[in-house]
Amino acid sequence: MIKRMARKGGSFYFLIFSIMITIPLFAQLKIEGKGPDLVIKNATIMTVTNGTIDGGSIWIHNGKIKGVGKQIKTPRDVRIIDATGYYVIPGIIDSHSHMGIEGGINEATGQVTPEVSIQDVIRHDDISFQRALAGGVTAINTLHGSANVIGGRNAVIKLKFGKPAEELFIPGAKESIKFALGENPKKSNIPITRGQRKFPASRMGIEYTIREAFTKAKEYLRKWDEYEMKRKGKIKLTKWEKTAGLIPPKRDLRLEALADILRGRLDIICHAYRADEMLMIMRLGDEIGFKVGSFEHCLEGYRIADEIASHGVVASIFADSWAYKMEAFDAIPYNAAILHERGVLVTCNSDSPERVRRLFQEAAKTIKYGGLSETEALRTITINPAIRLGIDNRCGSIEVGKDADLAIFNGHPFSIYSRVEMTIIEGEIYFDITRAKTTEKVVEGLVKD
Amino acid sequence: MRIGYIKRVGVILIGAVVMVLVPCFSFAGDFVIKNGTIITVKGDTIQNGTLIIKGDRIAAVGHDVEVPENAEIIDARGLFVYPGMIDGSCTLGLYEIGAVSATVDAYEIGTYNPHIKAMAALNPHSVHIPISRVNGITSALVVPGGGIISGQSAFINLNGWTQEEMVLKSPVGIHINFPRLPADDRRGMRARRPGGSETVKKRTEKQISELIELFNKARRYSERWESYLRSKKLPAPEKDLMLEALVPVIKEELPVIISVNAEKDIKNAIEFVDSMKVKAIFSGVNDGWEVAPLLAKHNIPVLVGPVLQTPGPRDPFDARYVNACILNRAGVKIAFITNSAADVRNLPYHAGMAAAYGLPKEEALKAVTIYPAEIFGLGDILGTIEPGKLANIIVTDGDPLEVTTHVKHLFIAGEKVSLKTKHTELYEKFRKRPKK
Repeated sequence: MIKRMARKGGSFYFLIFSIMITIPLFAQLKIEGKGPDLVIKNATIMTVTNGTIDGGSIWIHNGKIKGVGKQIKTPRDVRIIDATGYYVIPGIIDSHSHMGIEGGINEATGQVTPEVSIQDVIRHDDISFQRALAGGVTAINTLHGSANVIGGRNAVIKLKFGKPAEELFIPGAKESIKFALGENPKKSNIPITRGQRKFPASRMGIEYTIREAFTKAKEYLRKWDEYEMKRKGKIKLTKWEKTAGLIPPKRDLRLEALADILRGRLDIICHAYRADEMLMIMRLGDEIGFKVGSFEHCLEGYRIADEIASHGVVASIFADSWAYKMEAFDAIPYNAAILHERGVLVTCNSDSPERVRRLFQEAAKTIKYGGLSETEALRTITINPAIRLGIDNRCGSIEVGKDADLAIFNGHPFSIYSRVEMTIIEGEIYFDITRAKTTEKVVEGLVKD
Repeated sequence: MRIGYIKRVGVILIGAVVMVLVPCFSFAGDFVIKNGTIITVKGDTIQNGTLIIKGDRIAAVGHDVEVPENAEIIDARGLFVYPGMIDGSCTLGLYEIGAVSATVDAYEIGTYNPHIKAMAALNPHSVHIPISRVNGITSALVVPGGGIISGQSAFINLNGWTQEEMVLKSPVGIHINFPRLPADDRRGMRARRPGGSETVKKRTEKQISELIELFNKARRYSERWESYLRSKKLPAPEKDLMLEALVPVIKEELPVIISVNAEKDIKNAIEFVDSMKVKAIFSGVNDGWEVAPLLAKHNIPVLVGPVLQTPGPRDPFDARYVNACILNRAGVKIAFITNSAADVRNLPYHAGMAAAYGLPKEEALKAVTIYPAEIFGLGDILGTIEPGKLANIIVTDGDPLEVTTHVKHLFIAGEKVSLKTKHTELYEKFRKRPKK
């Protein structure tokens, strides 16, 4: 019969036939009904903050979650997604990414460049956004690179692929300056001819670079504080100032950014691998008066978990990546377990357009290695990064009032056999596997390659 | 004289210390694994079955089996027994720390190196070997890289004190990085290389013809030697180790294992294999989904992946995930690979991800067990749980492709291997650090 169909109707009937036999292999999420609001019903909802609801519903109104629970009242005219057999989790948040950045990610022409900002170079149409969406990711912290000791400002954005760049930013998100320690800023892994070597080439030089930068920033801050006090009449003007007038100090955007760290207005996001360098910068911070917000990668964090915890630093880690560099050779996949046990807030990040597509598997590794609970593991890619990025008032869990950022899986998100079927940001569907250009559809000739 | 003496004593002392410190990693003897669910991969799953290991082999498997005396008994109640997994392409033993070149022996200089052997540089005590095996990977193909012909791979068990103890087969194949054509606009990036696509195209064509010429030379070399050995009248031809290494390939005793990814390059590689009349296995084959029937028609097995890779700029988002499924459906024999050393332990997740995107679960498991064994000509001793096969066995608390599963017992060639690694030791040490 197949043969006859193939011969008779050209490939058309054959095509229909093959679709008929392939489609039932995968159940599909269908959207039924009409209306501005969206209701996902009969789903297993992993709220993260309020347990898991079997056969629950989520009502989305105006981009926000208006109701969650087993039985919720919803308006009559709504679009309904029957998610029987599906799992819903909060949209995944990647605490360390370099996606969506136009051009290079490093302003490494100098060792201290906190005046530059990733927010100025966001590329809204990065194809890797689409791919991350297919992995259930809805928000990322996209960062300056780690080629210099003090890099630029971060951007916390939602992956609203196709929307103009300015609509991607999450209002109120923490602003941070990227710092980097160890092999990258000391340029260990770049072949450099002897004559071209530049300071710093050691962890000693890195410490000094930070110390020097903040010494200048403190002086700058002192001048501005003094100026403000004089302007407000709180301290006396000098004789010269009385005649010539009060002149403000020269504005320096580089020092301004560092001064903002000292003022507590900007946060530090610190690329660090080894325990010794993390201890160094925490000690330096205590001495100079700055606080590190997070250690990125934090591979040897397990060795100094108590110190990290007592300084209130977040550990933004890889689940199991290791041995690609000398400073990554003592990394262990049990890092998350030890850090968590000793009271450090842990987030699992990707730092890669590949790994970002399967952060849920990375989170599952924290269960495998050291036995985090399912909820704790899920927290590392949802509410914990939200807390870290200062967006937990609107992201990171499925709660009434929060943004409707959701990922729908066709099975338990920690099962290797599950995949993301739909990703929603603020109530809008940004990924739907039934409508996406999939390889199978290209092979079947259903979509143009 | 005196210094030499001190040195010698020093070496002996260090040696003694090392010997005391090295723990006994494995225990030989007979083993009985009972009460477990045995997934044989070959036939039906055996509930509540017994598996007997004698020496390095599986002696029996089933319900009514004779239990040897003095065997160590392992109660696998609630656990699952699987054949150990096989990584179809990796750099285990050749590669320690990526950024530290002194620790990397995976690549040789030169364009045509069929005479280079992975086994020659294999470090049996690489830190990555125990870390890989505790996640259920018990054997792997160790592959040299670099150049157009990279050398000869070795198939190893992930346990042993020496290279001889580890290597099950060497060489397994001669590895070729097939010359790549410039990408057309569909796969944009490569065309933008310096020199432009025309230069790249010309270079590629030249490289392919060089490769053909080299194979023809090897054929003539082989013929000259054969005729010399037949008559012994002519003077002996001069030895050429490079051509000599290719002779088993020419004679179809050894396959070429061709690393190739783009659609056009795959087609070129098929043409090359056809015209050279050599046995071939393909590796990588990222665009396999576009030419699956062709690969099936030519009966070329594929070491597919790595699956966990970013697709090309204009590929569908799931191209790497679905590739294995489409190849398998077309009838191509597939095996999964990591092409890595530090991430060999994550091999099961490459297979699992392919299963999430359509590959039947049973096929995903076969593609990390029996299929790679068969592809490398080791199907009679590895890949399934059958009496007579090498006892490469894992006992797990769940499906070995699932991230959250743990390996509870591990046997390689009948030896019960320790589950301790650098990672577990550091974990134990630092979780016990007194609280500050």
